[in-house]
Amino acid sequence: MAYRDEKLDEEKVFKDPVHRYVHVRDRVIWDLIATPEFQRLRRIKQLGTSYMTFHGAEHSRFNHSLGVYEIVRRIVNNFENRKNWKKEQRLLLLCAALLHDLGHGPYSHSFEKVFGLDHEEFTRKIILGNTGVNHVLRKVSASFPKKVAEVINKTYGDKLIVSIISSQIDADRMDYLQRDAYFTGVSYGHFDMERILRVMRPREDQVVIKESGMHAVEDYIMSRYQMYWQVYFHPVTRSAEVILTKILHRAKALYKSDYTFKLRPEHFISLFDEKVALEDYIRLDENVTSFYFQAWLEEDDDILRDLCERFLNRRLFKYIEFNPLLHVKEMVELSRLFSEVGIDPEYYLIDDSSSDLPYDFYRPGEEEERLPIHLQLPNGKLKELSRQSDIVEAISGKKRTDHKLYFPQDILEALPDDSQQKQRIYEILFQ
Amino acid sequence: MLANHANLLQFFSSVEEVVGRKKLQKMIYILKKNGVPFGEKYEFHLFGPYSEELSLRVDELSNLGLIKETKEDKSSYFQYRYTITEEGQQFLTHYDNQFPDYQEAIRLLKEKSSRFLELVSTMLYFEELPQEEVEDKVRTVKKKQNYTDEEMTQAWEFISSLKKQQA
Repeated sequence: MAYRDEKLDEEKVFKDPVHRYVHVRDRVIWDLIATPEFQRLRRIKQLGTSYMTFHGAEHSRFNHSLGVYEIVRRIVNNFENRKNWKKEQRLLLLCAALLHDLGHGPYSHSFEKVFGLDHEEFTRKIILGNTGVNHVLRKVSASFPKKVAEVINKTYGDKLIVSIISSQIDADRMDYLQRDAYFTGVSYGHFDMERILRVMRPREDQVVIKESGMHAVEDYIMSRYQMYWQVYFHPVTRSAEVILTKILHRAKALYKSDYTFKLRPEHFISLFDEKVALEDYIRLDENVTSFYFQAWLEEDDDILRDLCERFLNRRLFKYIEFNPLLHVKEMVELSRLFSEVGIDPEYYLIDDSSSDLPYDFYRPGEEEERLPIHLQLPNGKLKELSRQSDIVEAISGKKRTDHKLYFPQDILEALPDDSQQKQRIYEILFQ
Repeated sequence: MLANHANLLQFFSSVEEVVGRKKLQKMIYILKKNGVPFGEKYEFHLFGPYSEELSLRVDELSNLGLIKETKEDKSSYFQYRYTITEEGQQFLTHYDNQFPDYQEAIRLLKEKSSRFLELVSTMLYFEELPQEEVEDKVRTVKKKQNYTDEEMTQAWEFISSLKKQQA
């Protein structure tokens, strides 16, 4: 029997708190899960610094990847014998679902910003490079790794396949919303996924939803909206991420200025030099990162030591809401005042906007900018969701946006009370 | 502070008006690929390179009143127009423009259709591939757009003129 068709003697199951069970029968899937690159995802948290706000949010990208695979497995089962569904795409789709987040690094968002990395590029490199994952995929066929990479990269010719993994209603989002809700313990993020899966229909170039399932989709869109503001963009989580980002900036700046670290940051050197080889990238995970943060508590550099201490002991920055339009002059003045009292504004006065964490609001689509969710009417015609649903139209109209300014209040408090700069800083920040 | 916002605002100031979100997305992507260091991250979506970060940042600039967004219902889709406001121009006076001069590139991009810029940006996305493979790839991922050989040739010429201009 060809490797691609091989089945395990007995079905394997993973207990899962969101989907109850994750079922594996294909030998290829089982072998992929066992690779070092996939096991590495156990050491990368799905929600980055959110555990500082929601203590339960310690779940990993490993959990999520299995979850996406399981949802796709169920979709594929539902699609069997339906028009437009090509059975031969099944394994390709399952592999792409399982591996879609393979290139995520530790605290992906911060690392990408500071070191100019792109997790999608590393996903592609891991799939196509000399890795355990590539070895398994090549056993299916020589061209199979490339196909899997193309589906994940959204450049595969069959748009239906791509849209199941990545569209505005896809297996990825359906898993992370429910999983993140479960592990953070919030009551948002829940929707009737079983219903959505039942009303999904394959069309030639995308997945659509039967009109009768519109209300289940409305719930899903609401979940996305609420999870963004209540969990993903939580100001305390953002504060931790701001500090984390500044640690990385500081460590890189020190390295570039020939500072001698007490412990040479071996795992970071290729990042600092902006020449990250695949093997360096794979070696990096959140356990390694935590080790260095702990080591940097012993460093002579005051800023690096202080930022690491804040991050490890959750001594986070405070924040205020601000309007960049109204307060632009004050921000320039604040930056000057911070410098005058010896607080480096580069590391201790940081603005953060909702666009710095681009989670996806539902976008109805204009001029085919991004594929919207389509409802399939009883006559077979398609209609864009927000044109049929008042609720979706309401929340996909004018977008709420947000700007905050983060700073270390404890350092400001320690300044002498008679300092004119302190008084002016307080005036700007708190009045 | 707010450097990415200011850089975008500078773009709106230079371009005077952009018609269509797709055109905006593609213009910034093409400028970025030609060495203008915009900070917005792009991914490939079903219709070519797309940046959610850019969409959100434009929403923010609009909510702040730094740019004006007008929306027209074209029955099967909405079309948006963007112009910088007085407040936006005022805001820019607090920032030093750190970008290279890309006025000429803007002029070249402005006069092209969003369909053409979609083709150019998709080609640039695959630029690491040999030219023949790029064209094959475009024909696969943009089957529906049905780009002609002539359009492909024009797109290559356009990319080359942008590169010359950048040099």
